[in-house]
Amino acid sequence: MYKYDKYDQAIVDARVEEFRDQAARRIAGALTEDQFKPLRLKNGLYLQLHAYMLRVAIPYGTLDSRQMRMLGHIARKYDRGYGHFTTRQNLQYNWIKLEEAADILADLASVEMHAIQTSGESIRNVSSDQYAGAAADEIADPRPWAELIRQATTFHPEFSYLPRKFKIAVTAAEEDRAAIRLHDIGLKLVRNGAGELGFEVYIGGGMGRTPFVAPLIRPFLPAEHLFSYCEAALRVWNRWARRDNIHKQRIKILVHDLGQEEFTRQVEEEWQAILPNQSDVPMVEFDRIAAYFVDPPFEAGAPDEIDRSDPDFALWVDQNVVAHKAPGYAIVNISLKPIGGIPGDASAEQIELMADLAERYSFDELRVTHAQNIVLPHVRKADLYALWQTLSENGLAEANLDLISDIIACPGLDYCSLANARSIPIAQKLSQRFGDDRQREIGELKLKISGCINACGHHHAGHIGILGVDRKGTENYQLLLGGSGAEDASLGKITGPGFDEDGIVDAVEKATQVYLDRREEGERFLDTYRRVGMEPFKEAIYG
Amino acid sequence: MDKAHILPANASGLRFRDDPVHEEPAVTLDAFLTQPNATAVRVEAGEDARRLIPHFDRLALVEVDFPRFRDGRGYSSAKILREAGYTGELRAAGDVLVDQMLFMRRVGFDSFVPNAPVDEAVLAATLARYDFVYQPAADAAVPVWKLRHG
Repeated sequence: MYKYDKYDQAIVDARVEEFRDQAARRIAGALTEDQFKPLRLKNGLYLQLHAYMLRVAIPYGTLDSRQMRMLGHIARKYDRGYGHFTTRQNLQYNWIKLEEAADILADLASVEMHAIQTSGESIRNVSSDQYAGAAADEIADPRPWAELIRQATTFHPEFSYLPRKFKIAVTAAEEDRAAIRLHDIGLKLVRNGAGELGFEVYIGGGMGRTPFVAPLIRPFLPAEHLFSYCEAALRVWNRWARRDNIHKQRIKILVHDLGQEEFTRQVEEEWQAILPNQSDVPMVEFDRIAAYFVDPPFEAGAPDEIDRSDPDFALWVDQNVVAHKAPGYAIVNISLKPIGGIPGDASAEQIELMADLAERYSFDELRVTHAQNIVLPHVRKADLYALWQTLSENGLAEANLDLISDIIACPGLDYCSLANARSIPIAQKLSQRFGDDRQREIGELKLKISGCINACGHHHAGHIGILGVDRKGTENYQLLLGGSGAEDASLGKITGPGFDEDGIVDAVEKATQVYLDRREEGERFLDTYRRVGMEPFKEAIYG
Repeated sequence: MDKAHILPANASGLRFRDDPVHEEPAVTLDAFLTQPNATAVRVEAGEDARRLIPHFDRLALVEVDFPRFRDGRGYSSAKILREAGYTGELRAAGDVLVDQMLFMRRVGFDSFVPNAPVDEAVLAATLARYDFVYQPAADAAVPVWKLRHG
């Protein structure tokens, strides 16, 4: 994985001192809260309901054991012993003091990490496929391109006071594990007929209160022009987006208002104007970055057999272990969704344990997934049983990847100042309701919960989505069906009137029963829904 | 790093140029385009700075308005003018705060008329803080990818 050189380190170190100075000026009263807010947000520091929240960038979700250990250390030293892994492959701490924020950034910088642009109206942490470099179905590792974007978008002087936040995702596989079409820019690495590398460029997707699946703006962008084309799109948006209504300022709204054809024309024209600036990162630099992402030294002839005699282990292998490109190796998903737990939370001890396991079993590498789980990308099949035993002893072996209890949930009203309703208790009740053999009978079902219309819990993209709203002062939960963040991206539709806390759990149960009654051979919940439509579900839920 | 001069015409302004201060008042973009003798123009956020490109030969001062410091349209206006070869004075005016001035310098602004006075010690520290940058812009800073590969 990527390692900082003296330039990267100097930039991150300077940022720590800049933020230390800004926070000191705020505390001394030289900056108003209104002036300070965008500065702290550009460093991932939010003011939440009870305390400051700090969001740490984990670029494209990749980190090593030294970095993971530091995340555990910070959880213990500055927070209440927990970290929360997020849908942007980042980590959040919920109990931070402003006076200590710069010290945390300094600790992060000591292990080549930062919180730059994890919030605010800036280009956010770039996300990617959590199986990058290990997946059997990718044409190349997308992470060198993600790192190139990380650097080029860090402190971009023209694009640091944007109309709204801006999110970029990169993938290189047929199966879309990064939800690229629900991003401001989604990039899929492809080869053209001549065998050259390039990108399919999708622009204008997003969730929030006005969700859109991004249209394909350019079917083939030569890879060496990746950044200048992103700049062109950013410039068209920065200049012509609305600035009068915060809810209508994302690029998806501009794409929608101009129409795909006119938006594309303007981006292409701007790109021609930008090309002479030579702002594209040269390929010699790409090659330097890519050299950090070569395969680890996989052991030739590593045994391909797995001893499945322990049934609990076999269950976990079937659910949480995924095919690897190298013979004798596997990709391991560590579920952070224990039945009845808080989705995405891990204790300092669990974080440190996962660091140890990565060092011992996975060439020192971990990934954070947008579904709020952890991946050990390169595990020898011969080591799986020992690994599983250690995970089991530490509450990290829940065998529920992509099942109904593998829930994405935002922090909701338990923490978030924007939320209208709690998300976490709904997730806990649902996982308790289904967290037995029933979830296995149901099979793949992606359930996603947001505590407000901003959709941080990706409810639009859930096979089943739940949206918490405020209805005359009480929490009310709407049910959505049929969303997908994958290569078959679609937006869920609301079933009808909302429910209270227990009612929404019952409604989900009724929806799953319709599926079980009507599914045909090989169909997932989503497939059955797409085949039979909303009506049978409505009947069962409201009838 | 770069050094500011106080704008003599306006005690709260800062200028990073050595040439004499331009005396003529800036007119609106529409007025500038219809008055062939005008030499200074004020561009509002949301106006298309590219309309000035045919008139660089008579243009000595472009003032870009920042109605709110969080409104970043003016950064693109400045960068576009510098990319197109404009070398005259480029001024950021309005809700311009010290913590935004580094990026403003990078996109090509070389004078500032902020609504509220700027602490010059903080400004000096801000402009000197970063030794390296990741992208080329309208200033002289060399992106690290160029430093890495000579």
